[in-house]
Amino acid sequence: MKLTREDIESVAYLSRLELSEEEKDTLTGHINRLLENFEKLQELDTSEVEPTSHVVPVFNVFRKDEPRPSLPVEEVISNGPQVEDNCFVVPRVVET
Amino acid sequence: MSMTDTRLCEMTIHELRDLLKAKQVSAVEIARSFIDRIEAVESRIKAFVTVTPELALEQAAIVDESIERGDDIGPLAGIPVAIKDNMCTRGTLTTCSSKILYNFKPIYDATVVDKLVRAGAVTIGKTNLDEFAMGSSTENSGFFVTHNPWNLDTVPGGSSGGSAAAVAADECAFALGSDTGGSIRQPASFCGVVGMKPTYGRVSRYGLVAFASSLDQIGPLTKDVTDCAIVMNAICGKDPLDSTSLDVPVPDFMKALVSDVRNLKIGVPKEFFGHGTDPEVESAVRAAIDLLVSLGAEAKEISMPSVDYGLPVYYIIAPAECSSNLARYDGVRYGHRTGTSTSPIFAKGGVSSNLPLTKGGVGGVVSLYQKTREEGFGPEVKQRIMIGTYALSAGYYDAYYLKAQKVRTLLRRDFEKAFEEFDVLITPTSPTVAFAIGERVDDPFAMKLADICTIPANLAGIPGISIPCGFKDGLPIGLQIMAKGLNEETLIRVAYTYEQHSGHHKEKPGI
Repeated sequence: MKLTREDIESVAYLSRLELSEEEKDTLTGHINRLLENFEKLQELDTSEVEPTSHVVPVFNVFRKDEPRPSLPVEEVISNGPQVEDNCFVVPRVVET
Repeated sequence: MSMTDTRLCEMTIHELRDLLKAKQVSAVEIARSFIDRIEAVESRIKAFVTVTPELALEQAAIVDESIERGDDIGPLAGIPVAIKDNMCTRGTLTTCSSKILYNFKPIYDATVVDKLVRAGAVTIGKTNLDEFAMGSSTENSGFFVTHNPWNLDTVPGGSSGGSAAAVAADECAFALGSDTGGSIRQPASFCGVVGMKPTYGRVSRYGLVAFASSLDQIGPLTKDVTDCAIVMNAICGKDPLDSTSLDVPVPDFMKALVSDVRNLKIGVPKEFFGHGTDPEVESAVRAAIDLLVSLGAEAKEISMPSVDYGLPVYYIIAPAECSSNLARYDGVRYGHRTGTSTSPIFAKGGVSSNLPLTKGGVGGVVSLYQKTREEGFGPEVKQRIMIGTYALSAGYYDAYYLKAQKVRTLLRRDFEKAFEEFDVLITPTSPTVAFAIGERVDDPFAMKLADICTIPANLAGIPGISIPCGFKDGLPIGLQIMAKGLNEETLIRVAYTYEQHSGHHKEKPGI
């Protein structure tokens, strides 16, 4: 499996990265070299093997649904690059 | 040793604690010694992204007041600590060495930071790392490169390179790092200090900026094994704010500081000695094993075939998890946002005149994300996000991500089998000593080989420690010891025994 420049562009879109032309070239080379290296895994028969997503057997961790103090709004928005009226400003999403 | 013989900043935690308890020095004097040291050497080492001398002196003064009142102070009270800059510190910049978080000031402390501050530790600064902890040399920092105190032309290792260099250069008494594929142990090895990656889940990760959530773990970098035990006592334990932290009893790790390895069974897996292992590294590691055998341990060569697949498994799983974790950097809630950052670090196209806000519709918001992320992330981070996104995308999931997770199971089984027979596994921490700055930046595969011996412990979730075991051309060599999950005490006992009989930890770089 070899990634084309078009594949790289579509993965970049999924990744929300606006890559430069130069970056697309470099990444096409780098990623293809890594993918070649990943092929080594196909040597192993894993048809009877369960996947490991997590090494410790933790499933659902519940806590009591009790109200407790939340962080003050002024602090929560203090790192926002653009804030107004205690809200984060984002581009208008809905078309008028 | 009287305090006039050794500068305070050169001392271990336990030496400083003894002086403080005997009221021979004050916490403020200790803090000043480290602040002076940072002023003297930091321009050459560049271990810190942010230094907080005023905060350190304030915290130290509080400890002194407490001592004055006659309070019983704990072992970390008044001890200066450096914190890797991917752990949240309330009110102090936490950048992950990434431009995308260049101005981020957390509004809460990470649980580990909270625990240390409550124990009276003095926070002296935030250390440099490979951007978002992705790298093996700290050369991927979005800001600057950190230099190895043993030879300024070489890398300190990574990603916790700033933490390791700061400990080695006596710019702090100890440091915290995070380890996803070796990021505590490998820089500890390169800088000649002690670095422990605890069992997955031992230490709360609340407030640690997530990279690969099934692998990340916080741990200490210290000047000796006793200090490692002291810090482990302070940071381990279940945290309601981290649902992956383990609800298991935490032992008193100080009790594991016993110089005795009689009847200890050591496995020496041959797969960790391939891959271009430097012969001098190999012989130092084998000499260390021989020393332990001379003290009553038994050692045997074994084979763990799945270890050879560790690197590809890691470079699928870690980027897959990172691509998901790093989706949060969107220029909305914190950090860089295209068109608004005025910092000179964005001189190259960062301040676009075309504010995406002016564009309506979905295109506007997507463009905001794309530009923000393009400007904020460095090349290594972009590459990993791309690989991870691809590995998780429809049609490729089974071939890459699922396959890697299955091979991860095989690797875990190999470790389980080995620990049926052996108490510990001993290997080099890294196949070589520290390499020259710039030497591997254009060869990503050579760079990744530096982590080949440390990655398996993360995949298996087991604890590992790196301790100094010799030198090559004036650069430290690291010995890695691994044990079964939750058996950090065994690691501490074996490492302590070796340390008591070797003395490498007492050597200091001549900076």
